Amino acid sequence: MTRLRWALADGLTLVGRELGRLRHDPGELVAALMFPAVMVVLFGYVFGSAIQVPGGGDYREYLMPGLFAMVTFSSVMGVMTRTAADASRGVMDRFRSLPMARSAVPFGQTGADLLVGLLMLAVMVAAGLLVGWRAHLGPGPAAQAVLLMVVLRYALAWAGVYAGLAVRDDRVADALVPLFLPFTMVSNAFVPTGGMPGWLRFLADWNPVSALTAAARELFGNPGAPAGDPAWPLAHPVAAVLLWSAALLAIFVPLSLRAHRR
Amino acid sequence: MTDAIVVAEGLRKSFGGVHALRGLDLRVRRGTVCAVLGPNGAGKTTAVRVLATLSAPDAGHARVAGHDVVRQAGEVRARIGLAGQYAAVDEKLTGRANLRMFGRLSHLSRREAHRRADELLDRFGLTEAADRRVGGYSGGMRRRLDLIASLVRRPEVLFLDEPTTGLDPRGRGEIWDAVRELVADGTTVLLTTQYLDEADRLADDVTVVDHGRVIATGTPDELKATIGDRLDVVVEDPAALRPAAAVLRGLAGTDPTTTGDDRLSVALPGGGLRLAGVVRELDRAGVAAADVRLRRPTLDEVFLRLTEEPVR
Repeated sequence: MTRLRWALADGLTLVGRELGRLRHDPGELVAALMFPAVMVVLFGYVFGSAIQVPGGGDYREYLMPGLFAMVTFSSVMGVMTRTAADASRGVMDRFRSLPMARSAVPFGQTGADLLVGLLMLAVMVAAGLLVGWRAHLGPGPAAQAVLLMVVLRYALAWAGVYAGLAVRDDRVADALVPLFLPFTMVSNAFVPTGGMPGWLRFLADWNPVSALTAAARELFGNPGAPAGDPAWPLAHPVAAVLLWSAALLAIFVPLSLRAHRR
Repeated sequence: MTDAIVVAEGLRKSFGGVHALRGLDLRVRRGTVCAVLGPNGAGKTTAVRVLATLSAPDAGHARVAGHDVVRQAGEVRARIGLAGQYAAVDEKLTGRANLRMFGRLSHLSRREAHRRADELLDRFGLTEAADRRVGGYSGGMRRRLDLIASLVRRPEVLFLDEPTTGLDPRGRGEIWDAVRELVADGTTVLLTTQYLDEADRLADDVTVVDHGRVIATGTPDELKATIGDRLDVVVEDPAALRPAAAVLRGLAGTDPTTTGDDRLSVALPGGGLRLAGVVRELDRAGVAAADVRLRRPTLDEVFLRLTEEPVR
């Protein structure tokens, strides 16, 4: 029992560390919060001016769930780079030489990312409301959509922990960050998958980004429901997101904890 | 050596095909500074990582502060501090925030962690910089913060892995002062270094490591005694170097090395050679000597002698 209490206390100390970093480096926080807001303007107005939503509707209404998904997936990259930086600079060794719970490090990191994620989500919602996006089905379904994002984000953060421990070098981690963009764009977040070539459409339909986007569209009542006979994850997006989250946690929590104990 | 606080016996550790430790034995007496000396790749860092519970040995065992580093790793961690050649502190936090965090993670109460951070910052001259982000610190300040971050819980044994590598002379002096102060408090220090003068100035005992094994142990003086005193001769006329070398060869029984246009150095076999005799012999050979000096060898010379010998 005391062990569990210490693990929790250590985890909270590390959450506090991440928040302290943000406070001392407000530039990073502002940049992190600017990113989603810039995306709203960039995609909503630049691309949106030339894109027709199938089945009708406002493109910015169509776009916002995709951007929510994109911001959710950014946790992998953030947690990966922070973990890799700790591992390569010896901070991880210092943690490991302390009489603290070893599992506290990943729990602290993922916990802190969750707080950052909520903040980013709030900024996104504000930006969305400004450009005319609305949650049409009321607070209940909207809260469910936010909950789904939070759950998936937390699961993705664990993938980030493992990736960071695997690369162990913050320069490599930084070099991997740009891969994030194609991964999120091969999805239904910005354009419908229906017009993509078959192989690409297959990747896009099964991309978890698409499942989260589709779930958010459904729960917010935004346009863009897939027509005809969509792939399973798009036809059952809420279940797909929950399955993805469970699978990610089942794989990466044990892997990360083992990597930490090694 | 009955009161050994660090005891390692037959430690082995390989990474793929690389044998970092090949049966390393080590003893550190309580309250002393032990320097583990060796060239790059000798296995120094691996040894420290094993003793600090960061990696498990393939074979052999070690006890630190009375506890086994593998089976009782938690007990060991509660009694050690580790500072490395990389400043393992969070660059985005202030010095004070770093120390408080490590204090909390060492399971001090919040109040105690704050008090201890202030105390350490004050004692090691970092109070002024305490509320600045570590990213803006000089190399020496950063290393000092790294060192005191390992002290928050008053460790019985402090492991310092190349604590001054890459520091300027001033930074090195600051670290040395800090280590001396800790030892005065009763902390046992095991430090690895590739600087001989560091070992000479700080260490009570020196363990020379090469190729993952110990090749010599002793106090700095004992190690110097193993290769005998050295005789340095400076001649007035470089042309006299050759006859002077012949004289030294006759006295020492080994070939002297030329250490400059006008100077020679030779290792002497154990004792019995007096300066006056050397001067007389040089005089007899018609060599005008500008300087003749009998001295203890430096640890560098001991080290070179030890590590250049063909390895078994």
